[in-house]
Amino acid sequence: MTMATEKDINEQIAWAKINTDVLRSMENPRPAYWVTVAVCVAMISVAVFAEYIQYTEGMGYANLNNPHMWDLYIASFVFWIGMSHSGTLLSAILHLMHSDWRKPIYRFAEAMTTFSLLTAGLFPIIHLGRVWNMYWVLPYVSDRGHWPNFRSPLAWDAFAISTYLSASMLFLFIGMIPDLAICRDHGKGWRKKLYTVLALGWEGNDRQWRHFRKTYLLMACFLIPLAVSVHSIVSADFAMAIMPGWHVTSFPPYFVAGALYSGCAAIITLFVLLRYFFRFEDYMTLPIMEKTAKLTFAIAMVWTYLNLVEFASIWYGHNVYDKELLIAKATGAYAPIFWSMIFLGSVLPFTLAFRSLRRHMPTMFVVSILLNVGMFFERWMIVAPTLSLSQEPHQWDVMWGSVVEWGIVFGSFGWFGLLFLIFVKVFPSVSMYEVKEMVFHRQRSAGEEDLIRMTDHTQPATETAGGEESK
Amino acid sequence: MSKHRLLALFSDFEEAHAAIADIRRNVVPGVTVDDVTMKSPIEHPDVEEVLGERPVHIQKFTLFGAIFGVTFGFLFLAGAQATFLVQPQGGKAVIPLPSNFVLMYEMLIFFAVWLTFFSFLFLSGLFKKRSALYSEKVSLDQVAIMLELNEAHTDPIKDLFQKHKVLEIREEVIK
Repeated sequence: MTMATEKDINEQIAWAKINTDVLRSMENPRPAYWVTVAVCVAMISVAVFAEYIQYTEGMGYANLNNPHMWDLYIASFVFWIGMSHSGTLLSAILHLMHSDWRKPIYRFAEAMTTFSLLTAGLFPIIHLGRVWNMYWVLPYVSDRGHWPNFRSPLAWDAFAISTYLSASMLFLFIGMIPDLAICRDHGKGWRKKLYTVLALGWEGNDRQWRHFRKTYLLMACFLIPLAVSVHSIVSADFAMAIMPGWHVTSFPPYFVAGALYSGCAAIITLFVLLRYFFRFEDYMTLPIMEKTAKLTFAIAMVWTYLNLVEFASIWYGHNVYDKELLIAKATGAYAPIFWSMIFLGSVLPFTLAFRSLRRHMPTMFVVSILLNVGMFFERWMIVAPTLSLSQEPHQWDVMWGSVVEWGIVFGSFGWFGLLFLIFVKVFPSVSMYEVKEMVFHRQRSAGEEDLIRMTDHTQPATETAGGEESK
Repeated sequence: MSKHRLLALFSDFEEAHAAIADIRRNVVPGVTVDDVTMKSPIEHPDVEEVLGERPVHIQKFTLFGAIFGVTFGFLFLAGAQATFLVQPQGGKAVIPLPSNFVLMYEMLIFFAVWLTFFSFLFLSGLFKKRSALYSEKVSLDQVAIMLELNEAHTDPIKDLFQKHKVLEIREEVIK
């Protein structure tokens, strides 16, 4: 018995309906959208208040001191940089692989990349304490003789992240131009004015589409090595230091896998939210959710493998500091966080192996959030234990982060959420022209398959007839 | 003889392609496929088969951007590092190649991406004032053929479009 394959999207959907549904979503979300906006604003208020205290009273309120000069701020920076990788994965890699199921969901994943980077960029500035001196990290000619140290991975970060931010914003913008033209053609009031400017006079002629296709392909080709380099360089912030737990060869691929993992989990979270807020059941379908969940599961297993490789290298490497640190993580003060990380990052993803759970939106929402909690713990467990148990025993201590620090980290989720929610309200979060392409090509290939099936159908029929005759 | 511009709207690609194929076969003498512009809500499937190969030069700008990024990146970094001569280097190289390679890699991508973007803006004919014939249905679900031709050819072309079930024809005199 054969089971009919469930389609990623309704191939009979009318193109006009696609426009109507997506344009309506920008005007008329469910009330839960506004509730979420209010929650995000409240979260930002907490962070602003915490930053106000830190700004006026000093960094002591963040508990940052020797040996804990890095803590939650840097862990959050790594977390948000990691979150940004999913947009590139879904958009660029799947574009190059001609996986057309990405089309209804890649737009918000790309937007997520941009806003994650904007959120990540706040943390080094907040971490500086003296935020008014943030421009010192830029490589400008200084009459005070201050120059960035180009040998430092922190300077590499500035180059890599600014390149990634600008490239991902361009990638997002270019991919949106045909949709902005649709919005221009059907918009009213301030929206029409905004989209007229942003659509850049797009008419959809063959010259524009030809150049568009080439540009998008070239950008996708550059974004993939760029995304890998960005998180490799972020891992170099740690791996270049001769500190136990950080000086690890497998850190770059480990960071990249972790980044893709948390990004995919975030895509699932936002998938569920957008599907509900904007009534996108026809576009963000269960089969697409299933594919995203399977991708997340595969990446979770890569991440788990790299974790095991790291533990094995430390265990059999017999470096006393590294080994003691690993044992301390598993049995010491940080053990609850460490084991939560292992459970949430390596065990919980097995829920994604069950079809019924992959198709249950509330479960996927909760699981995806828990996966990202696990990934936040992972970053925290990279930063804090090493500084707590470095080579000098007189400095050993435990760092849990202050209320101010947690307040700012908490608010960063509100900041990201608010930027994202504003984006999906102002710009189409489902790519209209690409969904039309998806429908068009699938209808066409279905037609070709039908033709082949009809041809094949005549073949066995003849054989059967012949067989019966021979009998 | 005045010059006219026509915009014909079709409900699907098949009919529009068939109409262009007729123009290609010179069904209307004096009108060639080079005069044709096709507009559609999605990237044309098989557009080259219908209109023929038309050039795209963006990749050349991308290559230029990449090469510029690498060379400028190195020169910028080396120039900056050379001014460090006044600072103690602790016996390390003034111009450290390994870290410069990392940064040159980033600048290669940075300039390649920006040059690609700017070349797209200039080469794809954006920023032009939209023609009065522009139809919003092209961004919805219809395919359009636009062509410029002499007045004498307008009626035969309209007949050709009618044969291919055109939905609507718009016309303007351009000079």
